[in-house]
Amino acid sequence: MRQSVIPVLTVLAAIIALWYGAAVWLNAPWAYDKAQRAGVELSLGDVVADTWSQDKPKLPAPHQITREIWKTTVEKKVTSKRSLIYHSWITLSATLLGFALGTVLGISLAVGIVYNRTMDMSVMPWVITSQTIPILAIAPMIIVVLNAVGISGLLPKAIISMYLSFFPVVVGMVKGLRSPDHMQLDQMRTWHASSAQTFWRLRLPSSMPYLFTSLKIAMAAAIVGAIVGELPTGAVAGLGARLLAGSYYGQTIQIWSALLMAAALAATLVAIIGVMQRIVLKRMGMAG
Amino acid sequence: MMWLAFGIGFWTLGWYANVRLAALPKSRATSLLVPIIFGVTLLVIWESVVRGLQIQQVLLPAPSVIAARFATSTSILWQDWVQTVVKGMMSGYIIGCIAAFATALAVDRFDFLKRGLLPVGNFAAALPIIGMAPILVMWFGFDWQSKAAVVVVMIFFPILVNTVQGLTASSAMQRDLMRTYAAGYWKTLFKLRLPAALPFIFNGLKIATTLALIGAIVAEFFGSPIRGMGFRISTSVGQLALDLVWAEIVVAAITGSVFYGGMALLERKWTFWHPSQRG
Repeated sequence: MRQSVIPVLTVLAAIIALWYGAAVWLNAPWAYDKAQRAGVELSLGDVVADTWSQDKPKLPAPHQITREIWKTTVEKKVTSKRSLIYHSWITLSATLLGFALGTVLGISLAVGIVYNRTMDMSVMPWVITSQTIPILAIAPMIIVVLNAVGISGLLPKAIISMYLSFFPVVVGMVKGLRSPDHMQLDQMRTWHASSAQTFWRLRLPSSMPYLFTSLKIAMAAAIVGAIVGELPTGAVAGLGARLLAGSYYGQTIQIWSALLMAAALAATLVAIIGVMQRIVLKRMGMAG
Repeated sequence: MMWLAFGIGFWTLGWYANVRLAALPKSRATSLLVPIIFGVTLLVIWESVVRGLQIQQVLLPAPSVIAARFATSTSILWQDWVQTVVKGMMSGYIIGCIAAFATALAVDRFDFLKRGLLPVGNFAAALPIIGMAPILVMWFGFDWQSKAAVVVVMIFFPILVNTVQGLTASSAMQRDLMRTYAAGYWKTLFKLRLPAALPFIFNGLKIATTLALIGAIVAEFFGSPIRGMGFRISTSVGQLALDLVWAEIVVAAITGSVFYGGMALLERKWTFWHPSQRG
């Protein structure tokens, strides 16, 4: 772990340096354009300074984005429509609801698949096929249709998140519930354990490592679902709406700050699951 | 009411047939037939619920209506498919694969890069990269180039992470054997390490197929010439022409399944030696 701190920092520093360089390269044409119209000659230093401080740059410099995030999180009231925390909360609530629904659906489908041969043979292929359908493509339609029936707000977005997040849970849990080997199952049988006991005492505990791994993937997918679900609602609220509004009005700094906020949200949620995984597995004596 | 009863009856019949089939010893025929019956049952239930409850066209069109629309608007669908899949998705997929692959080889060659880039790559793979779409559309314009760019950034990290993992799959013993044959870096790479990495690489390639299709379609929501599947979906939703939207979805589903299936077939052909393929 400690060995990789320096390389990671080097790579991050390289990314930031590249970023500043790219900002100069991409924004320079606009800077020269402005200077030509004003009839002034630009020195190299002027160009660099200008490209890092434009209003609507093609690629905003990192410090501009940081300032925008600071302005819209700390300096704005949380209830304000311009506060990034307000928008993040909207996206977060849809994500969490969808993630919870998807996890419940995924686990129950997995239990059905493991215990029922007919379900295994008929449902499993369709679960896999369902993910080759680009659900995000139908997200706008789901939102519009549910709006027409009178369901709006949180639930439609959560449904898209659910659809994206149930799949990793099903696949992981089916694998996990089937992970006890014959020897262990036979042992349960020699103890005359009922099938409910086998489930609670053997199958469920041994599926935990698989569950947490798939929960991480499911959480990442749920955030993507919530963000894309916000696109077609006409840019009202949420991080996805900020992305869309930003792209309508060419507010690149706004787009990037929403994007970084979404990334931070995803990273935090996945990290929380990681911590839960470590605690649970440790208490169960399974930490490897 | 008639339709609802028919739907419930058909569902019972289909489930009963599946239970009987599943009880038979497993064979190629049953493992194909059971999911097909299940799928057909779902379609019949959908159709009969729409007819029985008289759900409006603008909410949920019946499968028969969608099929009819599909048949009458094949030229639009074809035009959209070429724009989105052939121009946007395939070019992005190929560029992304090559870029990720080259990076993976570099990462594998230099340990410093591996320790630095891999955690960043793992982190990036969990991020909502699709959010880059509006920015890339702004940079590369409305045509297919921006869609290809979105596809590239979406598939880059999954393939990179999987390939790097795969390149470590050969054992020290096997690499030593190559050394005793006096095989150099490139020879070891092509004769031993790449073949050993193939199962992992294919895993990445398969994940990337769905991501690529999603990326190409969603990128069109942010701006597109007047054709393309994402464009058609977003505008047809606005016009409440949901049958056309569903026809596009059918096209997308078929494309996604065929692309994924093609990769799976290629995988079976090239990694026939791997335990997961011997079954």
